[in-house]
Amino acid sequence: MNEKSVIQLQQGELATVVALHGGHVFQQRLRSAGIKEGKTVRIVASYPFSGPLVVEIDGRQITLGKGMAQRIIVAMEK
Amino acid sequence: MKTIVLMGDPNVGKSVLFSRLTGVDVIASNYPGTTVDYSKGRIILKEDAFEIIDAPGTYSLSPTNKAEEVAVSLLDKADVVVNVIDATSLERCLLLTVELLEKRKPVIIALNMWDEAQHLGITINVNELENLLGIPVVPTVAITGEGISELMQRMDEVHIPKQSTVTNDDQIWTRIGHIVRTVQTIAHRHHTFRDRLVDATVKPGTGILTAMVILFALFWLVRLLSEGMIRYCAEPVFKLYHGPITTLSNWLGPGFLREILVGKLINGNVDFVQSMGILTTGLFMPFGMVLPYIIAFYLVLALLEDSGYLPRLATVTDNFFHKFGMHGHGILPVLLGLGCKVPGVLASRSLETRKQRFIAIMLIGIAIPCAAQTAVIFGVLGHHGMRYVAIVLGTLASVFILLGLLLNRSLQEECPELFLHIPPYRRPGWSAVVKKTWMRVRWFLAEALPLLFLGVLMAGILDTLGFIEKIASFATPFMKTCFGLPGEAVPALMSGLLRKELAIGMLVPLNLTSAQMTIAITVFSFFPCIATFGVMWKELGGKDLIKAVVIMILTALLAGGLLRLLLI
Repeated sequence: MNEKSVIQLQQGELATVVALHGGHVFQQRLRSAGIKEGKTVRIVASYPFSGPLVVEIDGRQITLGKGMAQRIIVAMEK
Repeated sequence: MKTIVLMGDPNVGKSVLFSRLTGVDVIASNYPGTTVDYSKGRIILKEDAFEIIDAPGTYSLSPTNKAEEVAVSLLDKADVVVNVIDATSLERCLLLTVELLEKRKPVIIALNMWDEAQHLGITINVNELENLLGIPVVPTVAITGEGISELMQRMDEVHIPKQSTVTNDDQIWTRIGHIVRTVQTIAHRHHTFRDRLVDATVKPGTGILTAMVILFALFWLVRLLSEGMIRYCAEPVFKLYHGPITTLSNWLGPGFLREILVGKLINGNVDFVQSMGILTTGLFMPFGMVLPYIIAFYLVLALLEDSGYLPRLATVTDNFFHKFGMHGHGILPVLLGLGCKVPGVLASRSLETRKQRFIAIMLIGIAIPCAAQTAVIFGVLGHHGMRYVAIVLGTLASVFILLGLLLNRSLQEECPELFLHIPPYRRPGWSAVVKKTWMRVRWFLAEALPLLFLGVLMAGILDTLGFIEKIASFATPFMKTCFGLPGEAVPALMSGLLRKELAIGMLVPLNLTSAQMTIAITVFSFFPCIATFGVMWKELGGKDLIKAVVIMILTALLAGGLLRLLLI
């Protein structure tokens, strides 16, 4: 399987969320923002250093820190 | 009286709906976290009076910041919950809905932004949604008022939901997934040129460039508007007013009453800046000097807020704000603080940790000039030369950066990461922008005028009693060595604690040199006005407020002393 963390993707790439690595609160927070297993994410922007990541899911954009993004595991789409 | 609480995710339109339902004006914007406290209003439904509360937004009933805690605590008061949902983000919003049903609260859903959902090709089967949830669902467009009367009509259909069978998170998500798949269809959209343009404003390179261009353009627009209003409105009006006030002054003759109402005559004439009477300086400062700038600033801020750009700006500036122990969301309280520090300090509630709130409040209190301060800086130092304006603003900016870095280092707590929903861009509606500006201007007048009149009155009385002279001569040695200023600057700076505008009327007659005026205005900029102290106390508590005051004094001594060495 071609699975990796969402922060390893390039700007503009598409992938499917396969897992959220983290505790209950973390998973709840991401899912309540629409980031959950089976969804397609598009990387809108990826900031250098420890800057944030902007992802698009269901047509809505969300900014999130790299530490959180690191724990979103995705599989590449064709 | 029964209580209705409006609850929903951030930025779904609760405040707009609240204004529609009650006729009570509250500030609404296009970014998550606009409402940090609740507002109350009343409505009559079928002859019964209800209290209705606009709660801050929250994604779930497990709060992650202070504003969300407020929202969750309001739930206990609710006899009926109007759950406001963004129809374009149904899936995200349903978590709160399901949680509310689990709490067995009588809920009715306002499926808001219905027009935008249709526009985006999202169709929701409302009847099916009602069946699956077992509660009334009403499509609404709060901005235009569409669906509001149906929402009010159907308010009495609410009932306590049945004990649910859902027990854990997975089941909640399965249920939400099932509901969304059943009721919602989304037409596929291609990525257009406009989408790419929109994305460019949030990307690292182009985003920073956009931010600089936008902020510069807005700053320029504020100056253009405010100077236009001063030149074509305020100045002519006060020129006309000079005649009658001179007549009044002559008619009153010398004495206490003239001292208070008109103030001192400067070279035998009424001088709006220096006379320090209630009817002269007391009116000119707020209306002639500060109000044009306040109106211009808030008009431009409203455009910025309603456009949906601010969360993008927060994303672009995130790296920068992390250096100060905050994340990008910290730019919101800072921007509001440029208008008035009181709402700026309050807006820090949308930050998650105590450290972030403390740093945001400190920086706003000390290093962010509010609209009145900025008007004073430009209004007074502008005559001496833009160089001096630049020195004051540059000093404030340096203090912002240094103090931010220092506070971040000295406080232990880890800063959480930015987590922000980015709303779509929307064209700001003129009536909403004008209404919001008017609300804030009205608030400024209600806040500032009584304090200004009181200050002018007190200054007049203390001057007559010879008190001001005493303070001045007492402070002279200290002020001379530290700041190169005469002792008379002290009473002026002290009056600045009441209202910033007051200090100017007392500073100008001292005939300071440009360098002295620059130092005086810089030093007094570090101390906020009494209203800000009040709200800082409320938000931080007494101990941190004392810390804040100590930092203010140290900053004033250091920065003022340094400027004295450099300028004089």
